[in-house]
Amino acid sequence: MDANLIVFLIMAVVAVGSALGMLLNRNAVYSALFLILNFATVAVFYIILGAPFIAMTQVTVYAGAIMVLFLFVIMLLGAEELAGGRVSIDWQKPAAVVLGLLLFAELFVVIFFRETVFSEFGETAIIGTPREIGLTLFNDYLLPFEITAFLLLAAMIGAIVIARRVRHKPNKQES
Amino acid sequence: MVPIEYYVGLSAVLFTIGALGVLTRRNAIIIFMSIELMLNSANLLFIAFARMYENLGGQIFVFFVMTVAAAEVAVGLALIVAVFRTKETINIDEASTLKG
Repeated sequence: MDANLIVFLIMAVVAVGSALGMLLNRNAVYSALFLILNFATVAVFYIILGAPFIAMTQVTVYAGAIMVLFLFVIMLLGAEELAGGRVSIDWQKPAAVVLGLLLFAELFVVIFFRETVFSEFGETAIIGTPREIGLTLFNDYLLPFEITAFLLLAAMIGAIVIARRVRHKPNKQES
Repeated sequence: MVPIEYYVGLSAVLFTIGALGVLTRRNAIIIFMSIELMLNSANLLFIAFARMYENLGGQIFVFFVMTVAAAEVAVGLALIVAVFRTKETINIDEASTLKG
């Protein structure tokens, strides 16, 4: 086995294991920490695939900002663990597991046992350095970039409006 | 280099785990984290195919996916906080007032 394959396998095991830890942990805080580990692992894959700038963005934006927001909300609401609660559909979990495995089997067959469009990686990688990314972003993708600015503005206003505490409840109908 | 099929397979595994999280868990915050996991597996595919086609467009699109994910998380967590204020829980099975 060559070194690339060994690195890939180790990182893949960490990525899948941390994703499973996120899925199976009862405590939401541990789930969030597992997800941070998963994002960091995926950032390593980005570096291997020639996208160092995206990898750093992944670490700062995803593992940094977004997951801090998650942890903050979990601890703000005290929602580490759900206390009981009712289940609307009894057979939801078994059905979900069966359908999930079916989805995976389908993806697996499509990827590995079909005449695919995949070709080999080229020898010379085009590296997504900040300079290259910036040139492409502001030359070829300027309009989508501006649209994301509006998207973020709308999201910010929406978050403030939705999360704002209402002072007086106009008509309280249910107790 | 590892063949691209391995990266696509890993992305499929992560996507399946995320889909299972959305379908099986009832904690709204964990459902959101599973959605992030699925978006992340899609990002991994974008980067892998950008490497295969030697085109930076895939890497740019990862940026846009990250932006959309950040916006979605901000609004989604605000919604969860609003639901918690009225329901005192974030169990999504309890949020069924609209059910006829």
